[in-house]
Amino acid sequence: MTPAITIDGISKCYQLGLRAEKYLTLRDTIMAAIKAPLRRMAGLAGRGPEQGQFWALKDVSFDVKRGEVIGIIGRNGAGKSTLLKILSRITEPTEGRARLRGRVSSLLEVGTGFHPELTGRENIYLNGAILGMRKAEIDRKFDEIVAFAETEQFLDTPVKRYSSGMHVRLAFAVAAHLEPEILIIDEVLAVGDQEFQKKCLGRIQQIAEGDGRTVLFVSHNMNSVNRLCDRAVYLRNGRLVSIGPTADVVTEYMNSAMETQEVDLLARPRFRGLAPSIAGFTCSPARNAQHVASGAPVVFRLDLNVTEPIRNASVTVMFSNDQGYRILGISSRCEGELSTLAIGKQSVCCEVEKLPLAAGRYIVDLEIFSGSKVADYIQHATVIDVQFGDYFGNGRTLFSFEGSVLTRSRWTFQ
Amino acid sequence: MNLTAPSMQAEPPLIDRPPDSPAPLAPSEPTDTPEFEIRAHRGWVAIDFQELMHYRELLYFFAWRDVKVRYKQTMLGAAWAIIQPVLNVIIQTVIFGTVAGFASKLPAELRARHIPYSLFNYAGILPWMLFATGCTGGGTSLMNQQNLLTKIYFPRLFVPTAVVGAALVDMAISFSVFFVLMACYGVVPSWTVIFIPLLVLLTAMAASGMAYLFSSLTVTYRDFRFLLPFMVSTWQFCSPVGYPLDPRRQWIRWLLRVNPMYGIINAYRSALLGQHWDFPALAMSIAEVAGILLFGMYYFKKTERRFADLA
Repeated sequence: MTPAITIDGISKCYQLGLRAEKYLTLRDTIMAAIKAPLRRMAGLAGRGPEQGQFWALKDVSFDVKRGEVIGIIGRNGAGKSTLLKILSRITEPTEGRARLRGRVSSLLEVGTGFHPELTGRENIYLNGAILGMRKAEIDRKFDEIVAFAETEQFLDTPVKRYSSGMHVRLAFAVAAHLEPEILIIDEVLAVGDQEFQKKCLGRIQQIAEGDGRTVLFVSHNMNSVNRLCDRAVYLRNGRLVSIGPTADVVTEYMNSAMETQEVDLLARPRFRGLAPSIAGFTCSPARNAQHVASGAPVVFRLDLNVTEPIRNASVTVMFSNDQGYRILGISSRCEGELSTLAIGKQSVCCEVEKLPLAAGRYIVDLEIFSGSKVADYIQHATVIDVQFGDYFGNGRTLFSFEGSVLTRSRWTFQ
Repeated sequence: MNLTAPSMQAEPPLIDRPPDSPAPLAPSEPTDTPEFEIRAHRGWVAIDFQELMHYRELLYFFAWRDVKVRYKQTMLGAAWAIIQPVLNVIIQTVIFGTVAGFASKLPAELRARHIPYSLFNYAGILPWMLFATGCTGGGTSLMNQQNLLTKIYFPRLFVPTAVVGAALVDMAISFSVFFVLMACYGVVPSWTVIFIPLLVLLTAMAASGMAYLFSSLTVTYRDFRFLLPFMVSTWQFCSPVGYPLDPRRQWIRWLLRVNPMYGIINAYRSALLGQHWDFPALAMSIAEVAGILLFGMYYFKKTERRFADLA
């Protein structure tokens, strides 16, 4: 059977200055026209014109079978979003070509095209039309969409009066009722409350399981990639590193994340809209412990360089295993420790009496919240090797397949 | 961006499917599915009319949104659609008609029919408003929709087109006010009023052409955001919107006819008020509008592929 998507040598090149400045001015173009002959001379003289070019994607090729759910993973800035933009025809590749066989819908952002002045009802129609639905199709699905979004009583209220949660629910509901043959989704699950996220994930699974739908799914959440995808593609610096069964590719991705790259966490790419404030992270054995070991006291230290004050700040340190599953989180919020972080350099220390992790390698993600809003977030900040330690005080521990989080317990056999 | 959809020609499953039947799903009939090729395009790109037809409802929704949103949170609401042209006419009648004294310089055949200056002026404002909205509103439309451009695919040509569509709704309201005003003055429209739909079409084409050209220019060169208002008001002074232009010297007349709006505005007055038809000027306008529209469309299509990267 012919694949639903054939991607053949796709590359995308951005002019660096062009991207940063966002737009050209007439003056730039006139100046460029004047400078062009000079630059051409410089090019001949050996200083290549290649300067200032950035390849967001370079020579990416793979096929997606009909009915397959494929996950695209990689760090921020790996080219995942660029690939989705090219496949959704928002932007053209610089080189290469792709063939898509089927009706395509893409969902790169929830609520694109919502107009704040229009009511919920009006926005359902507008957004539906923008996503490529016919009016008759929207009429038919209208009740279903409203029921899914749980916003019946606000249908005739302008969307600008909606809470952000309601806004997202309505937006996702419209998108979730598309009937494409190929669905392209980017990170939309990163929004909304826990309950609704679960509903969205369920809906995507439902779409994916529907007859022969092909889904391309970009996510940073390895749990959902593991759960939803048959195969995964791992991109790094715009190049395809590997493609294959999800579990293998995720493991490879998590392992390569362990070859820690930049130590300077400030320089790491963040999600859009986040102001970097986490500058460094160390995990060291505390007091008389020799190394970071199960059951031993340990100190986590975050070095911060805050550029905008963060109110009601809480810090969470999260641990994932090499399968990408997050298995342990330690948060100052749970201890009731909220404080305001002022502008400037400072550090946050967290002491754990007995590290409840079994021996092994763990990937650490760091997050700073301001209330319930994310202020900064770093994935794969570092990797820690937890040594074997005597957590239970009797030299015993779990088998690795039994789990990796340790806790004391009392047993009665009768 | 252009799409090649070879399988669509064999059997167009998307375009003419009755709205109530569910989408035919891929695996059962794989030959039915549209096939797109994505690649880099260079040079001029053809317009995919089949795709525009498929998305035609979106054009309607965009125009509908613009009309709906325009008067939200105003106390007078849609009444503004009537107040705006009326105020315009009053101001221009006072300034051009009375202060500048153009009222006494109306063409002889209009004076013979007792056409007041305000009607003369209004007949010029009608096409001018549509054209000016196409230039300024249409010109900034893409820039104002950046979010859409970078997040979703749809025929981008519809964004500026919808602005002209919404302006047509305003024009319809202006027309009804115009006819009420005519009745108040007891002026009977000339039979040539039946040509008005054709003239509106011509004006809309001119407005669309300018909207295509300036919207793609504004996305790339933000300078046009500031240039456009000056350009439009200068253009208005060069067009006979507020004053009668009937110069004696033949060469000045030919110079004025270079402005496509000259022929259009005069044709409105001929059709509505019975001013003599300036057919050479109208023919020139038609030719120029065709040129503007084609060039605007093709320039738009040529630069379209950059929009998402620039916006």
